[in-house]
Amino acid sequence: MALTAPLPKTTKARGRRDDTRLALLFILPALIGFLVFMVWPTLRGIYLSFTKFNLLTPPEFNGLDNYIRMVQDPVFWNSMKVTVYYVFVNIVLQTMFALVIAVMMQRLTKRTWLRGIVLTPYLVSNVVAAMVFLWILDYQLGIGNTVIAALGFDRIPFLSSDAWVIPTIALINVWRHVGYTALLIFAGLQTIPETMYEAGRMDGASEPRMFRSITVPLLRPVLALVLIITVVGSFQVFDTVAIATRGGPVDSSRVLQFYIYDVAFGRFQFGYASAMSVALLLVLVVITFIQYRVTRADSSDLN
Amino acid sequence: MFRKLKMGATALTVGLLAAACGSGGTGGKNGVIEYWLWDSGQQPGYQKCADEFAKENPGLSVHISQYGWDSYWSKLTAGFIADTAPDVFTDHLAKYAQFVDLKVLRPLDDLAPTADLQDGDYQAGLAALWKGQDGKRYGAPKDWDTIAIFYDNAALKAAGVDPATLQDLRWNPQDGGSFEKLVAHLTIDDKGVRGDEPGFDRDHVKVHGLSSEGSGGAGWGQTQWSAFAASAGWQATDKNPWGTRFNLDQPALQDTLSWYYGLVRKGYMASYSEIGGANAIGTDKQIQSGTAAMGLSGSWMISTFTKLTDATGKKLDIGLAPTPIGPSGKRASMFNGLADSVTTLSKQPENAAKWVKFMSGEKCQDIIGESGVVFPARPAATELAVAFNKKDRNLDVTPFTQQVTDKTTFLFPVMTNAADILALMNPRMDAVYIGSAPVSSLTGLNNQLNDLFKVAQ
Repeated sequence: MALTAPLPKTTKARGRRDDTRLALLFILPALIGFLVFMVWPTLRGIYLSFTKFNLLTPPEFNGLDNYIRMVQDPVFWNSMKVTVYYVFVNIVLQTMFALVIAVMMQRLTKRTWLRGIVLTPYLVSNVVAAMVFLWILDYQLGIGNTVIAALGFDRIPFLSSDAWVIPTIALINVWRHVGYTALLIFAGLQTIPETMYEAGRMDGASEPRMFRSITVPLLRPVLALVLIITVVGSFQVFDTVAIATRGGPVDSSRVLQFYIYDVAFGRFQFGYASAMSVALLLVLVVITFIQYRVTRADSSDLN
Repeated sequence: MFRKLKMGATALTVGLLAAACGSGGTGGKNGVIEYWLWDSGQQPGYQKCADEFAKENPGLSVHISQYGWDSYWSKLTAGFIADTAPDVFTDHLAKYAQFVDLKVLRPLDDLAPTADLQDGDYQAGLAALWKGQDGKRYGAPKDWDTIAIFYDNAALKAAGVDPATLQDLRWNPQDGGSFEKLVAHLTIDDKGVRGDEPGFDRDHVKVHGLSSEGSGGAGWGQTQWSAFAASAGWQATDKNPWGTRFNLDQPALQDTLSWYYGLVRKGYMASYSEIGGANAIGTDKQIQSGTAAMGLSGSWMISTFTKLTDATGKKLDIGLAPTPIGPSGKRASMFNGLADSVTTLSKQPENAAKWVKFMSGEKCQDIIGESGVVFPARPAATELAVAFNKKDRNLDVTPFTQQVTDKTTFLFPVMTNAADILALMNPRMDAVYIGSAPVSSLTGLNNQLNDLFKVAQ
């Protein structure tokens, strides 16, 4: 339909409809990716969790067998415990360090290169980071233990004792991810108006006081989002364990993702591995939901 | 850090892992046969075989890829799923039964070139291990290995021990016999006190008398405790191959393991932490770094040991002794062998079988024998390897071969459900080695393993 005369009202309505189409077009690539790489594998994973499937011959439906086995499997419950322990140590330390680094980035320096340096560990791949720390922390030959021994202390079996292994892996991953987390928090800090701090200074508040009463409350929505992202990511710890300990000693670092991987690709029990993945999915959904509600991530105290 | 939810993530990670381990290895086309092996030491020998094979078979050639033991198997699995597996690969007794169950191995009897393989051409017992429960042959024997003691001559000299005494060691689970006496004497703490002298500090040991190869849960104690347990008359399963009842609850094994891991508590052998936990260093590294004076290892390690150098680059003087005589009055060594298998994914199975046949044939076996890395499966080629070690390395390998001639070997336990058994057994054996679980806990493990076969049948 060709228009010869401008009709302000309809053009406006038409323009809005055109926007929707354009928006859909922009969303399309991401949507296709989301459907093909997220929704479809998730649905297929849920289907496979009700089957006996060895990857090479067609799956056979076996009802709830995998779930019944999961509830009775002590190794599964142990991995769940180990994973939660890891997430707790990892997230607490990482968030604390990241917050301190972010505040220092904002309050102490304006130099871009100095802010950039914080991000460098994140540029190292997980596998490489794990390998490097594996060598540094080796009981006999690692430089870390050589230094400890030179200082007159007993060598520490960082990755080969059940007491040390999870804190060590958690710290390796803190080292790698803290810069990235700090950067996210730093972006959040930038949204806090400088006038707030000026007002604080006028009233004679100290830096720690301003941190407690201005920074933390106003940072809450960003912090909540960062926590949701990092907790979900933390639950999926895999590479560091696969490289550094392969679940050992005994089962003390057999985190859920590694157990799932081992069952699927080491023991060819894809159905059971899928069932455990579904369990992990449910855990993450529940945790994310609780986090979202508790931290009121969708509202801000700024307005 | 944000890896995507669920299975996609796992599959992705595996893909990344496989990719990280190196690319290549797509099933061969147009007469190029893809062949995989894991031992880099054997690659030159088989490259020579491949060159000969190409000469004899115009239009055919072999492309060899080598991957380290751990990535080898995950890459192979990924290859089976993604249809990028090689035509022919080096197979292990601990793994092949699972592959037969997954229907990814082609029976060699069904392929013309390998249909006429004869069991009698190989060292006794080797070929039979590669016949599945259906009676079909899934691997052509290529080599064999046994276990012996490697020792550092310098450590023996410093301790005033005559190497000849090592040829006639005895052990028993009560006091360890002359074997434990030697191990104690070779152990030195950080003040220079030997393990059999008063004032020995077992918590600060500089040199352990015996090296540790880990808990042995991944391979039936092959280079750890199998030689001791078998010389006490123990066998892993009710029958071999294809056993379905396990013997981990028997006193013969549990007493042996109490004694063996007891060496760790006494300071004579390195602990789980000391050797690096899940990423353990082997006997070769322990002897090289001077943290162990001797240790058990396999014949496939001969060339590695004879190349060891100290910190100044000087070659170490390494000697060999047979495994000690046990309560049964005999020595014992696990007898294991590798073979080549053809995958069902191969688009040129007849060509692949030709290559398998060539590798298990006289010509290639002689080439491998003369390269002195492993003992080839054919007796005549084994002699060549023995001669090579005598001439080029001045090393008498009798401690390995005498187990075969004296018939004191026992075969690697072959069974189905091997991956599940490994997953159950490895952590439990680690726990016993670490000392966090008693040896008697293996009785529970034994019941678990037996249950696996109840479900399967």
